Amino acid sequence: MNKAGERLWNGLVKENPTFVLMLGMCPTLAVTTSAVNGLGMGMTTLVVLALSNLMISAMRKIIPNSVRIPAFIVIIASFVTIVQLLLEAYLDSLNDALGVYIPLIVVNCIILGRAESYAYSNPPIPSLFDGIGMGLGFTVALTCIGGVRELLGAGELFGRRVMPESFTPIGIFVLAPGAFFVLAGLSALQNVAKAAGAKKGKDVSKIGSGCSEDCLNCGQKGCSRRLVEFGAQDPEKASAQTLGETDAKSSGKAEPQTVRGTDIRSLGKVDSNILEKADQSDVQEIPDIQILDWTSTAKEKKK
Amino acid sequence: MTSVKELLIILISSSLVSNVVLSQFLGLCPFLGVSRKINTAAGMGGAVIFVITLASGVAGVIYRFVLVPFHIEYLQTIVFILVIAALVQFVEMFLRKAVPALYEALGVYLPLITTNCAVLGVALTNVQKEYGILAGIVNGFATAVGFTISIVILAGLREKMEHNDVPGPFRGMPMVLLTAGLMAIAFCGFSGLL
Repeated sequence: MNKAGERLWNGLVKENPTFVLMLGMCPTLAVTTSAVNGLGMGMTTLVVLALSNLMISAMRKIIPNSVRIPAFIVIIASFVTIVQLLLEAYLDSLNDALGVYIPLIVVNCIILGRAESYAYSNPPIPSLFDGIGMGLGFTVALTCIGGVRELLGAGELFGRRVMPESFTPIGIFVLAPGAFFVLAGLSALQNVAKAAGAKKGKDVSKIGSGCSEDCLNCGQKGCSRRLVEFGAQDPEKASAQTLGETDAKSSGKAEPQTVRGTDIRSLGKVDSNILEKADQSDVQEIPDIQILDWTSTAKEKKK
Repeated sequence: MTSVKELLIILISSSLVSNVVLSQFLGLCPFLGVSRKINTAAGMGGAVIFVITLASGVAGVIYRFVLVPFHIEYLQTIVFILVIAALVQFVEMFLRKAVPALYEALGVYLPLITTNCAVLGVALTNVQKEYGILAGIVNGFATAVGFTISIVILAGLREKMEHNDVPGPFRGMPMVLLTAGLMAIAFCGFSGLL
């Protein structure tokens, strides 16, 4: 039970998908026009995330490594379809408000990321709680962002007027540009937290390690942007999803790419020995140094 | 059959008025991630135009001739995502073999868009708005053009801003997001167009 609590805490606070990792930004920006919408989207994602984590974890010994990503997608898409049908039947107003973003939960980086980095290498119960924790973290974050935007943009919270009459709503905050501004503020706060944490000597490599960096140099595993491994590639190759690898006729070309990607992503975590090793080794070695922060949990478990 | 006028309206509204990134927030990840240089941004845009146009055509055909006749429309999400992922793989293989020049230009970007949410988003919107196959392809093309326009503009702005003295906490991503927000305001101006 301790384990379950730890996973919940991890998802809610330590690795909060939105506030810490900056994952799944598309739905975060699109549906947070009000706190209720944010809450609805968060809960929907929570259900899908928890169920798909449970299912993937339960089937982790059956799913062959080389086709795991398509298998994950099918499982996730099935749950999304089920949830969408349920919403249509029982919560039609929420379904209308969220529109196309419900089916788009399939391509949410968070879900695939958790499947890849946690559920596929851990037993079902912790995976379930990992999904619930991450989902709760996402829900809280979306509700907060939605709340801020609703408060500034309409002077309301959950549809009730809370600001004094003299407050003139800044309408732009519920429109599209406001989403970018709120996220910019959030991202700036992250930078402040990162700087303050680094000063105190804490490990801040996780902050902002999600989808907000340079794609061309990123070696992140399980990101939905890089599902290149759809075909039957061998697992080692599949996890070395760098761009260099894509046209890696020559391994010499791939290495600088990877080292560069690692440099940007997790400078603190890679010591020079590993980099040297990578220089001498071929492409097959690359997955080892590509362990990125939010995938490190799974790797540690495997050991 | 959709008339030329309707197609033109779809073209303008999907590329400018309801821009896929700046007002619908689809494809945000590559928008922020691959917009450091104009060259790469344009390459990404080209690849997105290619893939989305193709994918919306294929998804439209599959929806019309497979899902509807068998009454399994509710499987659209699963079918579309698998079709798109497989399609990008095939396109990549095909380009590598058949048109190496194009592969050189677009190849590195193809893996990045496999499940770019804009691709799935367009396929689903086409179904939701009950576009025919041709209208769907036009919508896909227009959406991708809108994506290209905005990513190239953002890349241009980022190149200009690179050496600017930005206040500490706003360096990097926050500044990019603020720029994107200002662009979104500018694109709001298009809403009077239709």
